[in-house]
Amino acid sequence: MTTANYCIKNVSLPNGVTTNIAISDGTIVSVGNEVQDSAAIVIDGTGCVALPGLVDLHTHLREPGREDAETVLTGSRAGAKGGFTALSAMANTSPVADTAGVVEQVYRLGQEAGLLDVFPIGAVTQGLKGETLSEIGAMADSVARVRVFSDDGNCVSDPLVMRRALEYIKKFGGVIAQHAQDPRMTVGSQMNEGEVSARLGLKGWPAVAEEAIIARDVLLADHVKSRLHIAHLTTAGGVEIIRWAKARGIDVTAEVTPHHLLLTDELARSYDPVYKVNPPLRTQSDVHALRQALADGTIDIVATDHAPHPTEAKECEWQEAAFGMLGLETALSIVQKTMVDTGLMDWAQVADRMSCAPARIGGYENQGQALVAGSVANLVLINPSIKWTVDRELVQSNSSNTPYHGLELPGVITHTFYKGETTYVDGLVKSMGSK
Amino acid sequence: MKHLLSIGDLDKSEAISILDTASELARVSDGAVKKLPTLRGRTIVNLFAEDSTRTRISFEAAAKRLSADVINFSAKGSSVSKGESLKDTAMTLQAMGADAVVIRHSASGAAQRLADSEWMSGSVVNAGDGTHEHPSQALLDAFTIRKHLGMGGSDLAGLSVAIVGDILHSRVARSNVLLLSMLGAKITLVAPPTLLPVGIHNWPAVVSYDFDSVIPHVDVVMMLRVQQERMSELFFPSAREYSRYFGLNADRMSSMKKGAIIMHPGPMNRGLEISAQVADSSRSVITEQVTNGVSVRMAILYVLLAGGALEVGSN
Repeated sequence: MTTANYCIKNVSLPNGVTTNIAISDGTIVSVGNEVQDSAAIVIDGTGCVALPGLVDLHTHLREPGREDAETVLTGSRAGAKGGFTALSAMANTSPVADTAGVVEQVYRLGQEAGLLDVFPIGAVTQGLKGETLSEIGAMADSVARVRVFSDDGNCVSDPLVMRRALEYIKKFGGVIAQHAQDPRMTVGSQMNEGEVSARLGLKGWPAVAEEAIIARDVLLADHVKSRLHIAHLTTAGGVEIIRWAKARGIDVTAEVTPHHLLLTDELARSYDPVYKVNPPLRTQSDVHALRQALADGTIDIVATDHAPHPTEAKECEWQEAAFGMLGLETALSIVQKTMVDTGLMDWAQVADRMSCAPARIGGYENQGQALVAGSVANLVLINPSIKWTVDRELVQSNSSNTPYHGLELPGVITHTFYKGETTYVDGLVKSMGSK
Repeated sequence: MKHLLSIGDLDKSEAISILDTASELARVSDGAVKKLPTLRGRTIVNLFAEDSTRTRISFEAAAKRLSADVINFSAKGSSVSKGESLKDTAMTLQAMGADAVVIRHSASGAAQRLADSEWMSGSVVNAGDGTHEHPSQALLDAFTIRKHLGMGGSDLAGLSVAIVGDILHSRVARSNVLLLSMLGAKITLVAPPTLLPVGIHNWPAVVSYDFDSVIPHVDVVMMLRVQQERMSELFFPSAREYSRYFGLNADRMSSMKKGAIIMHPGPMNRGLEISAQVADSSRSVITEQVTNGVSVRMAILYVLLAGGALEVGSN
């Protein structure tokens, strides 16, 4: 495929410097002086910030098995619209991604969609049951080169299974992404346990059920000297444990979702299941602690936990509804709203938390590279001074379960470039891919 | 007022006007002809997605005494797992022209979901949703307390009420805490710590783990049903131990204040939270609660569907 040449003029780099970026043959060829290339497509970047293409370490693409909710293609389209150039497909599909066959299928579907890199995540245990290790080595050695393993949706709750998994992945420098939720403490849980759950009569999901697993697992990771990643951290107490573990030199990283940076359990008062998510929305003081931790680096990355569900899974009673909400198309705006516009982070830190750091944790080549000559041209342009209103009817995802419907958000993404080619321009996702 | 979903939807004057309307309607019920023509031609659906014979019969009697047409629709168990969603059920009722739906459901918030949706346009009355609320029960409890112990005023100022038992899972307790405190009563919640919700500290009530120290000081002892299955969920060690510390027996009853009354929303577990002797004692107003339930539910339907409270003293 021959790609066009681009020249992005007068765009701000994450460090605030305004400059020009020239792209040719999938690569950033120069940053700085205006390139005299009459064949180049010129993009006026005035008012926009250029960031390295966003990398999501936690995406539910639902294929194979629940193509009614999302497919690799529709999820890729949602990702391109949201400024992503890499997604990580969670393993809780049907069949579960616990064999080389399934991860290779998902990887191939990602390549066929062609809008961004799709890196499959492998299940830690067979069928996500938490009992027997899946063929982790085969998945690591497959075409998909899996490095991140997770039973997300379920916690690897048996401490011996977790220990063995942490040890086993050292063979190839992998990482276990733990969904920290003690299953016994959260049987039938519906929302954060606290004042609101007491009032609403919905079964509580206590913070301690997350914190207890995080505490155990950082100690395990220390003991076997392996690499642990904590998925969707939601509690102030969990933040304290991660901070303590990092100070001790334990090799742990953590992620926070955009929704846990913005929304609280107060929203459950509507009993509208669009706010039902696992782990649940917590309190304002948790939100505050998560924002501080993301800013100071205790939490390493933002990951979406994009979780599409068909309409009927949410158009029902709260306790019958599925857990999860969309995240890809709104992630960068939510981070701008909660972290940049509040003065907690600058754009360089956004680039780190949403691109460079997740690429490093996942071991994703050609992702999260600085915007300098020679880097693969994966980048996104966002105009932070324009606002937009979320409309669930206009999402690229196959599902419409966004909790932000009707909400005005800052930051409009104008362009996403993947390997030097635009995948999203001013509201339109390119229909490239499937031959 | 279009719906009655939670006591939180009412302000004090609205609550009192429902109680006053119930008093007026109770006078009608005492007469030879028990029926009023108020809701003639209106259709009320009792949508009971959870077993509850007594609440359903009470609402049915209330609707019929107001001359409404009543349709009973029982969909047992979780509607979704049984194939038909709450949405489809609601749209069916809408298509049948229901003016009001009285809903009992095992899911907390089911009544609010129905009211907030665009699936149907009629009034929604919450007849008990999961472990959330049971507003008509609280109103009939307040009505019963006022009738027995009211100091002549329209509210419950100056009275002390103990609510005893499984607060964590009780929709009756949640509605009563809101309503009785709004009406000026002082509430003490008595339960083992395992059966009190985390996050209860901002409720307008005091908490005690010691029934014996509370009982001599209250005007009303309201006992809650304890489900046998709570034992297997580790909330208390045995039924006997629960009964020893939190059951109301004749011995405890003997330390009650003069004139204090005993209530229970039913159905009772005789021998567990309440002894037979206590349930059948002269202090017990439990069967009267049932009688008052019909008048209070008539008042609720009257206020929602006939467009306002009944003037005190009118016919």
